[in-house]
Amino acid sequence: MKSTMNAVAPMTLNTPLANQTPNLAPILEMRGISQIFPGVKALDQVSISLYPGQVTALIGENGAGKSTLVKILTGIYRPTEGEILLDGKPVQFASAQAAIDAGVTAIHQETVLFDELTVGENIFLGHAPRTRFRTIDWRTINARSRELLQQLESDIDPTIRLKDLSIAQRHLVAIARALSVEARIVIMDEPTAALSRKEIDDLFRIVEGLKRQGKAILFISHKFDELYEIAENFAVFRDGKAVGHGRLKETPQGEIVRLMVGRDVHDVFPKVEAEIGPVVLSVQGYSHPTEFRDISFELKRGEILGVYGLIGAGRSELCQSLFGITRPSAGRLTLEGQPVEIRSAQDAIAAGIVYVPEERGRHGLALPMPIYQNMTLPSLAKTSRSGFLKAANELALARQYAERLDLRAAALSVPVGTLSGGNQQKVVIGKWLATQPKVIILDEPTKGIDIGSKAAVHGFISELASQGLSIIMVSSELPEVLGMSDRIMVMREGLMAGFYDRSEATAETLVRAATGNA
Amino acid sequence: MTKLLKSRELLLSGIIALMIAGFATRAEGFAEPGNLVNIFNDTSILIILALAQMTVILTKSIDLSVAANLAFTGMAVAMTNAAFPDLPLVLLILMALGIGAALGAINGFLVWILQIPPIVVTLGTLTIYRGMAFVLSGGGWVNAHQMTPTFLNVPRTVFLGLPILSWVAIAVVLGMGFLLTRTPFGRSAYASGGNPTAAVYAGIDIGRTRFFAFVLSGAMAGLCSYLWVSRYAVAYVDIAAGFELDSVAACVIGGISIAGGIGSVAGAVLGSLFLGVIKNALPVIGISPFAQMAISGVVIILAVVFNARAEAKKGRIILRDRAATEVTA
Repeated sequence: MKSTMNAVAPMTLNTPLANQTPNLAPILEMRGISQIFPGVKALDQVSISLYPGQVTALIGENGAGKSTLVKILTGIYRPTEGEILLDGKPVQFASAQAAIDAGVTAIHQETVLFDELTVGENIFLGHAPRTRFRTIDWRTINARSRELLQQLESDIDPTIRLKDLSIAQRHLVAIARALSVEARIVIMDEPTAALSRKEIDDLFRIVEGLKRQGKAILFISHKFDELYEIAENFAVFRDGKAVGHGRLKETPQGEIVRLMVGRDVHDVFPKVEAEIGPVVLSVQGYSHPTEFRDISFELKRGEILGVYGLIGAGRSELCQSLFGITRPSAGRLTLEGQPVEIRSAQDAIAAGIVYVPEERGRHGLALPMPIYQNMTLPSLAKTSRSGFLKAANELALARQYAERLDLRAAALSVPVGTLSGGNQQKVVIGKWLATQPKVIILDEPTKGIDIGSKAAVHGFISELASQGLSIIMVSSELPEVLGMSDRIMVMREGLMAGFYDRSEATAETLVRAATGNA
Repeated sequence: MTKLLKSRELLLSGIIALMIAGFATRAEGFAEPGNLVNIFNDTSILIILALAQMTVILTKSIDLSVAANLAFTGMAVAMTNAAFPDLPLVLLILMALGIGAALGAINGFLVWILQIPPIVVTLGTLTIYRGMAFVLSGGGWVNAHQMTPTFLNVPRTVFLGLPILSWVAIAVVLGMGFLLTRTPFGRSAYASGGNPTAAVYAGIDIGRTRFFAFVLSGAMAGLCSYLWVSRYAVAYVDIAAGFELDSVAACVIGGISIAGGIGSVAGAVLGSLFLGVIKNALPVIGISPFAQMAISGVVIILAVVFNARAEAKKGRIILRDRAATEVTA
C-alpha cells in the first residue's frame, strides 16, 4: 500500500489558503509544523488553519499523523519545528495546561472519565471552583454543570454517578467537560465512533450550537457522510504530510479519498455473490434475562447476515450469548440440523461457532505472547499431541494463516504487542479462522479502521462467505450493513424489529426499524 | 520483548557473576566451587517456591500463603515422623505434597468459585494456616532427636557431587520448564494473565487455570516443608516466616511481571540465585542481618523500576515499527 501511495504526487493544493475563502481571520494557525521522533517523521511541514464558527475536518488514514497533530495542539508534544499562531500571535504550548489556558480543548476518541465520581465532579475535575476557604465549591460545580448540560440540551442531573449513565450520556458529559474551560478551539477526535445514528444527530446539533458560539472546531472522523454533513473545511494528511485542503462542500468525495490513499478507491463494498447453501445455524426463541428476548433466525451456508441497531439494542449481547460467554435464559440452537447446547466459549469453538469481538485489542489478544501462540490459543486441542504442546504444529498452523492474511511480521515468535494495529487485527482473525469454524460472528469488523483497510476487510469477509462460511456481521455503519449483507436483522431494545432482504433494505427502512419511528 | 527478556536474563546472570567475583575479593574462597554448590543448595528451597509462586503470578494472581502452608505441612510431617518413626519416607513426602496441595486447593477454590481477589484470599489463609500450625503443635517444637535419621539425612546425602536437596530443585526447575512451555496448562497460565478476557474468548477456563496454579503452588510448598524441616532439623510454628515475600521478590527480580502473563523459568531461578548470593555473602563480609533486609528491599525496588522501564519502552515500539516498514517499503 505504501508504494502505491508514494507513486501519486501530492496534490497541488499546498499553497496556503488556496481556494479557501473564509472571510475571517483564523483563530489558530499552525505553520510548517514537523514532529520528528527517533527514526520516524510523524509530521512533515504541516500547516493548518482553524476559523471561528467553522468545522475543519481532518482526514487521513491511520498513521497519517492526525493524532500527533492533536497532541501538539493539546500541549502533549512540542513540535520539532514550525510555529503556532493564536489570533496571529505566536504561542508555545509548553504543557497540557498551557494549551487549556490558551483555550484549546479536546474530546478524545475514548473519553477518560471516572465511573465512581458524579457527573459534576467529572466535568470539573482538575479545575474545580473553590470557595473562600479553598475548599471545593460544590454548589457552583453543580450549578455550572447543569448549565453546561442544558446548553447541550440534556437534563442529566450533575449529582448522579457517571456509572449510571448510558454511553451516549457519558459522551455528553465528556463534551460538557471540554466546554467547562473557556474553550475557543474544540478538537473532536472520532467522537462518533461509538455512537449510533440518532446519537450522532444529537451530537451534530451540539456542534452546530458550538459553531454559532463562534468556536473553531477540528473534527476527526473516518465517516465521510458525517463530515459532509458537519464540516466547512477539510485538510487531508497522508504519511505525515498535508496533501490537500479546501472547502469540503465543493470537493467531491472521490477526490478526498484519492488524496487520502493516493489512489482511486473503487468498489468500496466488493460484495461477491456467494452461493447460498442449506441452513447451517438455526436460532429459536433465544432470550436473556435482561438484554434480549425471543430472537429467532436462520443462517445459511455462504450467507452474510447483517445485524443492525442502535448502541444498546442487545446485538453484542446476543452474539456473546451465541458464543457461550453468557447463558441464555431460553431458546434453542440447531447447528446443521443437530441441536446443540453452548455452555461456554469452549463449547462454541468445538461446535464451530466463533466470535471476533468488537474490542479486538482488549478481548482478542494477549499482547506479551508471541504471534503464533496467540493464533493457536483456541486450537490447542488440534495442535497438541497426547496432551503436550507441539511447537512445530503450532508454527505450521500459524504460518498457514499468516500467509493467507498477508500478515507482516519479522517472525511469528515475536510478541503480538510489537505489531501495528492492522497486523494485530489479522492475528485475531487468523486465530479464529484457524479453528475452521462453520459460523463466524463479526462484531463491528471495521470500527476505527481507515477507509483503505476497510475495503480490504470487506473483501475478505466476502471471500470467507464465498468459501462457504456463514457470517453474522454486527455493524452500526449503514453503508456497511447495506453493502455487505444478504439479509439484515434489525434489533431494537433487545427485540427483533425487522428482517429485510438485501433487495428491499434501504437506509431509511433500517433506521426507522431501529429507532421505532415506523 | 523476547530479545529483551533474553538479554534481561543474560544481564541478571552477569550481575550475579559480578557479585560473586566482587564478594570473592572481600571473602576468600567465596567463588570456590564448593562454596558455590553450598549457595545453590541453600537457595534450592527458594528456587522451588519461586517457581510455584511464578506460576500463580503468571495467571494474574498471587499466593501469599506459601510460607504458612510450608509451616503447617512441615509441622504435620515432622509430628507424624516423630509419632510413627516406622512410616517410610516416601509416604511422608507424599503426605507433604498432599497436604500442601489441599491447602493450595482451598486458596484456588476461593479464588475460582467465590471470585475473591487472590491477594485477599491468601492474606487470609496465610494467618489461618499459621494458626492451624499452632493449634496442631500446641505451640511446641519438634526437635532433631525426635525425627528419624532417614528423615533428616536423605536431602543432605551427596549424589554425583550435589546434595539430594539440590537435585530436587534441579528436577523441579526442569519439570516446571516443561509444564509451562510444553503443556496446555502452561499456555493457559500465560494467556490467563496476559489478557484474561482474550483467554475467555479463546475458550480457556481462567478460573480453573488459576485453581490448578494454586494447587501446584500448594504442593510445592508441601514439598518444601519436608525439605525445610529436614534441613534445619526442627519444626515450629514460625518456620519460614516471611518467606512468601522472598518468593515474590525472586520472581520480581527475575522479570516476572506482577501483572501476569510475562516471565520465564530461567528468570525465576536467576532471581532466586540473586537473593541467595546476597544472603550468603553479606554475613561473610560482615554486614548485619538487618542491613541485609534493607539491601534486599532496595534490590526489589530497583528490579521493579527496571521492569517498569522495560514496559515503557514497549510503548514506543509503534514508532519503531513504522520506521521499520518505511525502510522496507
